[in-house]
Amino acid sequence: MLCAKERKKVTAMDLRAKCAIAGLGQTRMGKNFDHPGPVGFAAEAVNLALEDAGLDRTDLDGLLVNPGITWFNNPMASYSLQQAMGLRNLRLTATMNLGGATAAAMVMHAAQSIAAGMADCVACVFADAPLRPPSPSKGKGEGSASAYGFAQGLNAHYGLFGVNAQYAFVAQRHMHRYGTTGDQLGAIAVAERAWANSNPDAQFHDTPMSLADYHASRWVVEPFHLYDCCLVSNGGLAVIVTSTQRAKNLKRPPVYILGMAQGHPGGDPMETLVSGAPIAKETAFKMAGVSLRDVDFCEIYDCYTFTVLVTLEDYGFCEKGEGGPFVATGAIGPGGSIPVNTGGGQLSSFYMWGMTPVSEAIVQIRGDGGRRQVPKHEVGLVSGNGGILATHSTLVLGSHP
Amino acid sequence: MPSSAKPIPVITPDMREFFDGARAGRLMVQKCGGCGMLRFPAYELCSKCNSTESSWVPVSGRGEVFSFNIMHQVYHPAFAAEVPYAVVVVELEEGCKFVSNLHGVKPHEIKCGMPVEVMFEKLSDEVSIPKFRLRGAH
Repeated sequence: MLCAKERKKVTAMDLRAKCAIAGLGQTRMGKNFDHPGPVGFAAEAVNLALEDAGLDRTDLDGLLVNPGITWFNNPMASYSLQQAMGLRNLRLTATMNLGGATAAAMVMHAAQSIAAGMADCVACVFADAPLRPPSPSKGKGEGSASAYGFAQGLNAHYGLFGVNAQYAFVAQRHMHRYGTTGDQLGAIAVAERAWANSNPDAQFHDTPMSLADYHASRWVVEPFHLYDCCLVSNGGLAVIVTSTQRAKNLKRPPVYILGMAQGHPGGDPMETLVSGAPIAKETAFKMAGVSLRDVDFCEIYDCYTFTVLVTLEDYGFCEKGEGGPFVATGAIGPGGSIPVNTGGGQLSSFYMWGMTPVSEAIVQIRGDGGRRQVPKHEVGLVSGNGGILATHSTLVLGSHP
Repeated sequence: MPSSAKPIPVITPDMREFFDGARAGRLMVQKCGGCGMLRFPAYELCSKCNSTESSWVPVSGRGEVFSFNIMHQVYHPAFAAEVPYAVVVVELEEGCKFVSNLHGVKPHEIKCGMPVEVMFEKLSDEVSIPKFRLRGAH
């Protein structure tokens, strides 16, 4: 046995490009109601990702699952999926939930385990099916509002329902403190819609939107219009993580995991107006050996337009409080200086929590973006965010090791 | 629809003293027995010093609107006739924050920084709840 002095200390930097994403599996997305439920969506996504990578179910020795809300808090969702798919002899499994930061955190957990020799080929999957078909008795309403509209105690009496309302408090405070405007939030919605219009998989692919259209959309909870808020989608998304060595011999070009980190600031987001990105950035960028100037495009977690604005500030694309003027220049849309949410994001393509930004980064780095493909796609920055700016994860993905 | 159709909070043991105070027209918050930090609602421990000791103390009920939103979507039938209505976050002079409604101010006239003070609305013999109004507005 080695004594402590002889043992080489492993640092985060040693994890650079040790692992890669080798497969991407995406089911149909959005308002599809003839489906096998969240577990079925998850299985379909994993099988599609395996097929994409040129792997078989028997190659998997790890399964990480981020259950959406319709898994009804199943504390062993990964075991349920393992049994449903008939997977045997796994060496790694976990049901993970950091909200929208989970997808990148699953990729991290997979990569760390693989780099440490504790697994070789790990599927990471998110699936959910909260949308219900319109019912003749209740008219429209596909269940999204009620599904995310929980409240209790005093808050229910005051009429404070749902996550939208909580984020609205934080956005309102940002507007008060820094002078951020509705036009600036709208610029994010418009930019993402423009990207979605070139993405055939986007729920809003055939619906253009101007700033006037944005302002004309109904209020959900001020300062948020309908188009400040993410979609709700039925579907499943999975990725396969494996060692760089193995990924090089598989069907698709590897998407290298250059950097990865998490950041969970705690405290009151209304006071701080800061996400976990500054904490995560330091480690992830150091690991990847990149600076902001090296980033060709971003896939930023966008439960709301506002989340994008704050995260861009926190990564340092502009000063704190300058996110509004920054996005209003058109920097983040097609043809802008830093393309952001190039598939339309969760505002305009589909809502698969943190898997939406992860999946679009893979598409772009592979050069599979079709009409929405960004010209430079060697380094992509991916963020996840959960709770009310509570949890955060960062991935730096690249086309070269 | 009358206000009584809105969900009435259930008095849980940890919030008993808060509701006792509200019924008597006093705004109560929890005070840490370790470091004295004030907090609301009730928590098992202090996030500053992690002490599990605490007591309830009255506060001034004066503060400012820290943030607010204007709800347009109906999540509960009792609010159908009220949309759009505002929910405010009040920062009390003593430092802790309180989610509530602002009485007597139209939603679109609310601004961060407005000076407010507490008032109480009786929902039942057991339950009164704090709301806020502009300071000096009565």
